[in-house]
Amino acid sequence: MSELNIKFRDPEEVMKLSRLGSFHQSKLSFLRSFIREFKDWDYKRNLFDLDKNGYGTAVYSFSKNKRNYSLVCFAQHIDENERSDRVIATKWDAAFVLHDGLPTKDDIDRLKDNVPKQEVGRVSYKELTLSRANRSVRAFDHVVNSLSQGKQPDKSLLNKVGYLYRTTAVYGSGKFGLADRFRIKDRKEIYGPFRLEMMLVYLVRQFTFDQVNHIAKSKDPEKAAQLDIKIARNLGIGNSTGLGMAPFIVNHPTLLHQWIYCREKALKDIRSIKEVNNNDLNIFKDCLYKSKVSINSWLTDSNYQNGKINSLKSDLIKFDKYLKKCSIKIKHLWNEIYNWSEKNLQEEGLEYIVSMMMEPYDDIIDPLVNKMSSEEDEYFTIPTHKKVSDLKKILENNYKSIIKINFEEKNSTANFWFISKNKEEPRIANRYEEAGAELEQPLAIARDIKKLYEKILIAKQSKTIGEFLLVNDDVRHVVRRAFIIDRFQYSEIQDNTIGASLVPIDMLRLKLSFFGAVKFDPRSDKWLRINMYQGAPLSHELKKSNDTWVYNVIN
Amino acid sequence: MKSLSEVDTTSKRASRAAGYSWGISEEIGKAIRSLELFGLPGIENLNLYLKKIKKNHPKKIIKIDKENKSNELCPIYCGVAFLDQCNLLEKLKIIKFNNVNYPLLILPFISKCSEILGKRILIQFNNTSFLVSFNKSILSKNIDTKICDLASEIRIEFLENKNSFSEQDWNELYKLSEETFVEETESLRSKGAGAGLTDND
Repeated sequence: MSELNIKFRDPEEVMKLSRLGSFHQSKLSFLRSFIREFKDWDYKRNLFDLDKNGYGTAVYSFSKNKRNYSLVCFAQHIDENERSDRVIATKWDAAFVLHDGLPTKDDIDRLKDNVPKQEVGRVSYKELTLSRANRSVRAFDHVVNSLSQGKQPDKSLLNKVGYLYRTTAVYGSGKFGLADRFRIKDRKEIYGPFRLEMMLVYLVRQFTFDQVNHIAKSKDPEKAAQLDIKIARNLGIGNSTGLGMAPFIVNHPTLLHQWIYCREKALKDIRSIKEVNNNDLNIFKDCLYKSKVSINSWLTDSNYQNGKINSLKSDLIKFDKYLKKCSIKIKHLWNEIYNWSEKNLQEEGLEYIVSMMMEPYDDIIDPLVNKMSSEEDEYFTIPTHKKVSDLKKILENNYKSIIKINFEEKNSTANFWFISKNKEEPRIANRYEEAGAELEQPLAIARDIKKLYEKILIAKQSKTIGEFLLVNDDVRHVVRRAFIIDRFQYSEIQDNTIGASLVPIDMLRLKLSFFGAVKFDPRSDKWLRINMYQGAPLSHELKKSNDTWVYNVIN
Repeated sequence: MKSLSEVDTTSKRASRAAGYSWGISEEIGKAIRSLELFGLPGIENLNLYLKKIKKNHPKKIIKIDKENKSNELCPIYCGVAFLDQCNLLEKLKIIKFNNVNYPLLILPFISKCSEILGKRILIQFNNTSFLVSFNKSILSKNIDTKICDLASEIRIEFLENKNSFSEQDWNELYKLSEETFVEETESLRSKGAGAGLTDND
């Protein structure tokens, strides 16, 4: 490919929270890889039993060979004062479960008693993912009213909202009795991470369109219009995401590594291409051009996010000028583009260009998509036969900036992570102002690594780790992590997750960008709204869809 | 039915609440998950043991010898220490612990050792024996359906990797397997193998 020796980017640079919080969706994102994997499956609406108000049960399925996955939807009436998009709500407009196979009547009856209750209900190993959603009242009612009068809804209103329903959680992997991952992990179609969560959200989106059409028709069977396909395509599913996501990326270090590694490997391989052909450059330019139109629809009241959007916009203006000078005659053009971007753009702009550079290269990206999962249990056991001196080297090589942090300063330990009793959800609070720090979760990795390092410095270097742990079990959790990072360089956030300057939504943004979410709209520093599948092909269009749907121009 | 993921998470959190460090609690979560996966009463044993120690946290074991005597030993600290030292302990062949509370809880740690060392390990207490094979299976003999809250002695034996069958059984079976082979003629000998006649080039 190249005589250049392009290296992987340094984790000390990539794994900083401000950088991770500047990641954008890409060809590696799970929404997009889900559609690529399932586009040739057979889609079917198996049951649609709603009353005139749109309340009732519906079932949608994907089938291929003898495998079926079915979304079971339960829509119900709730009062306005019961509608909350916080995870702490107890009632929702609709609740959903992805069932393994086609549900029997008994299954549906069982699920009907449990799925609408969400966290306080129980599902079984036959169910794979669980979710709930609320209507975006202003968009939903407007669409229903317009359609029932035979008119299409106002596009400008829909562009502002971007969806008819907003989910507040999508659960998987054994929660509330759902199937454990080990039961299904060998299925080839779900090798990519979060495939079944992505499937659930995709099918929910179809349900929202069917429901508005159904209610509108029930209101006025004579006059009612069907929602225009182009308008529907530009609607996604909203999501409100809080701190629940943040511990996930700390608690799954090898998985985090696989995600970042695949992104970095793609970048390295693309930068190594010596001769770039015109077609590939044009795909890059085309996606970049279309995506810039989408950026104008990223609306938020958050000063933090507006700062990021404005930095991206001004970077892209700069980049445009630079790109005009680029030609395929330049050897290692992508490397030139990357080097220029690194020197001239801010983090938002740089990572945006990195995402765009992947667009022409199916041959590089496709093999990586199936490597974005991890058999985490394989790396759980600590290699206790190793020496303390080995561990010291690992800490010094992999936590260079973390071991320099002074945790004696109050600002370095300003926050603590905890699990709230009422909803069993992760939260963060000020250590010096709130009660509960003694029940802190093990998410202060930087502080605990520093503590381990200080212990290691005074321990006998020839001791085995087993011997060291006999009298130091308080740091066992970070000893495990240190041996993981020794093998998986991108497994750790290289920042202080309890410092006063922490912006928790940076942690959420990292995960959401890998999901493929767009339109980040922080509502505080602890939760945000996003959009998924906006522009995605509709169910009946899947087989003919192409992968650049995410850049479809918003009308 | 609770998922194994729920078993793991709840065991980990409960163990932390009972006074174990987060690192040990992580080990307990995986251990109880493993017991339940093998159909053994992990949750029941852990629940009873954590209730017992909630107000009086057990002592850690600082060193494992061939014989480990104490008034009361914690199955979790013994199990984790055993796991951490298994490469060294293997040389002792047989190791005994006296007065271990809820001895079933030590089992998943020994099972993990079996995987690490690539050797089967036999665990015996109170007339019950367990054979753990590479963390893939646990065979038990005389298992008591009642929960055992104290083992006066746990005997752990590392088993050498040797055949579990006689040479005669093997030879007879091998002879039968030969009946799938084709008798070689001169022609098959020269054409069937694929390699050249000389290996000196």
